[in-house]
Amino acid sequence: MSEAAAHGNQARLSSLLKSQEGIVLVLAVLAFVLFSLLLPSFFSPGNILALIRSVSILGILALGMALVVIARGIDVSMIATMVVSVSWAFVIARSGYSLEFALLVGALFAVVAGVLIGVLIAFGEVAPIFATLAAGSVIYGLGRTFFFTLEMQNVPPDAGWFSLIGQGRILGVPVTVVVFGVLCLALHLVLSRTRFGWQTYAMGNNPGAARITGISNRPMIVAQYAISALIAYGAGLVLASSASAINARLFNSTMIYDILLVVVLGGIGLNGGHGKVRNVILGTIFVGILLNGMTIMNIPYTIQNLVKGVVLLLAIVIDSLVNPRDEQTSQQGDL
Amino acid sequence: MRLLKTTKWLAAACIALAGIVTASAQDKGLENPRSTTFRKTLEGKKVVFLPLSMGFDLTEGWAAVMRQQAKRLKYDFEIRDPAWSTDAGTRALQSLISEKPDLIVAHNPDIQSYARLLAQAQAAGIKVVQINLESNTQTDSYVGADWTEIGEQAAQAVVDKCSPGKGASTKVAIDTGVPTAASDVFQLDGIYRVLNQHPDIQVVSQQATEYNPEKARSIMETVLQQHPDLCGAIGIWDNQDTGTASAIQQAGKGDQVFLVTSGGGNKVGCENVEKGLFNLYISYNVPLQGEILNAEIARLLLSDGTAGENKTLYFNPLTQITKANVNQRNCWTLDDLK
Repeated sequence: MSEAAAHGNQARLSSLLKSQEGIVLVLAVLAFVLFSLLLPSFFSPGNILALIRSVSILGILALGMALVVIARGIDVSMIATMVVSVSWAFVIARSGYSLEFALLVGALFAVVAGVLIGVLIAFGEVAPIFATLAAGSVIYGLGRTFFFTLEMQNVPPDAGWFSLIGQGRILGVPVTVVVFGVLCLALHLVLSRTRFGWQTYAMGNNPGAARITGISNRPMIVAQYAISALIAYGAGLVLASSASAINARLFNSTMIYDILLVVVLGGIGLNGGHGKVRNVILGTIFVGILLNGMTIMNIPYTIQNLVKGVVLLLAIVIDSLVNPRDEQTSQQGDL
Repeated sequence: MRLLKTTKWLAAACIALAGIVTASAQDKGLENPRSTTFRKTLEGKKVVFLPLSMGFDLTEGWAAVMRQQAKRLKYDFEIRDPAWSTDAGTRALQSLISEKPDLIVAHNPDIQSYARLLAQAQAAGIKVVQINLESNTQTDSYVGADWTEIGEQAAQAVVDKCSPGKGASTKVAIDTGVPTAASDVFQLDGIYRVLNQHPDIQVVSQQATEYNPEKARSIMETVLQQHPDLCGAIGIWDNQDTGTASAIQQAGKGDQVFLVTSGGGNKVGCENVEKGLFNLYISYNVPLQGEILNAEIARLLLSDGTAGENKTLYFNPLTQITKANVNQRNCWTLDDLK
């Protein structure tokens, strides 16, 4: 290896260590090594698959969130879209229609919800956080009032192929993990190889400049929210299939913050314009390692929440120490 | 003389007439003054139900049964739905104290939050019945499960299957819901009362699922990785334990891990017993609870006593549902109750 190349590698390594991503990577590796040494069967293929599987759904949702966040938006209505579209599909299937038809209706509902939210943000010029916060309540309210009475919807009976999504395995790997992997690859290709992807980064970096250079911001925004809604629907199907039921009450849970935790922890800044799929994977796996380790150690619920909170704080504090706020960030503004 | 005769005749006629009238009254039965008072006292009274949230089998079931009686006896029945928010529930209770309905049926999110407000409501003259989840304050009445008993029954069933030499091991996992609810604290007490007498049984995991089936699933999956020889599992609620059960099934350990759960006896839970997902399902029978609740509402509305004067409670009987007795009597659907 030539001296120049070695120097280049070293520079890359030190810049990686200075990024949020690098810090989380170090923390993740540290936690992984620690748990492997201390917990008897943490480092077994079965447990590692279980670990990845348990956070795959979170990861899938985080992919949708990442797309929106990179374009300098945020979608906190994802959980509402997820539970309402999937629950409604199950209700339709139970009332005598075929499951395939019902699932199609659910998908359609999700896309329509996403498009409407996109229109609200793009054409109504409502700030994404408020638009999606309000839309989430509207979607959930509509669902609870008109589509289903019971929050808990079991998977309709005789849905053989459907239960394979959450419970089947391909070459020993749970389908849930495979779905997460495929979606990661797809989003990676979209973001790095297509005009849509490049324009998404441009919008996130500087919406004004993006518009001047000829990017049609508004249709782009609508498309992004439609995609995140559709991803949320997909995540809901995987979730329902693997637990044999979906509980609309997830809307009231902290799941949406867990998704943001994954996105932020992985190193995708909320001010948009940067971040890659690998950040989502990193964030997902780190959260997975933490949750799995704490479950194995049988740590009580409240302390688990405390640990999650402290880790997030720690990551943010280290990030702001390593990357102090400068003129540029203060101009852009954090969320 | 003639006058006297006429008077006699008239008197006789009067008596005869009176006799006929009485006879005809007897033909049409007697008015029951107690029935009249019963209906009159109840008519126009106001009863308010404050559930944890509407939209799940338990609260929808009770509400359906209570609404029927309200309709029959013509009193007012309202629901204030705080949608799982303890905050919203507290506010609803505060505004109810100033609205002064005749009776509140309260479903407590935990043993502490409503405790003082329920005492205040009674001080303001509102009678209070608590349903299935108690608070620390004892009120006019409590109707519902004895969670300690459920815990004891669940633990006993697991002990029977997992004592040394009987199961794959003596390892047991417990899936709780939310650590502060009455269903959790009292049930855990019941579970440990039994387990403490059987020191051989090892509790290898005790984790909160927040009533979320997917979280229950991933916890059980991890536990099974750590303890592939797990023998028994106790879940705190059927709605979440579909997830626990599906983790057990997916690990191919349906025959090895004995899963006990409890719930209101909804058909969906029963279906899971039939499918072999739940090995034992302890039901607290929502339709029965609804009927007892109705009797308590009527009794309290009729009674002249002031709110909080006489405190009573009734722990309703539990039904252990296994594959052998999944039937019409033990399992219900919401449409049956409406």
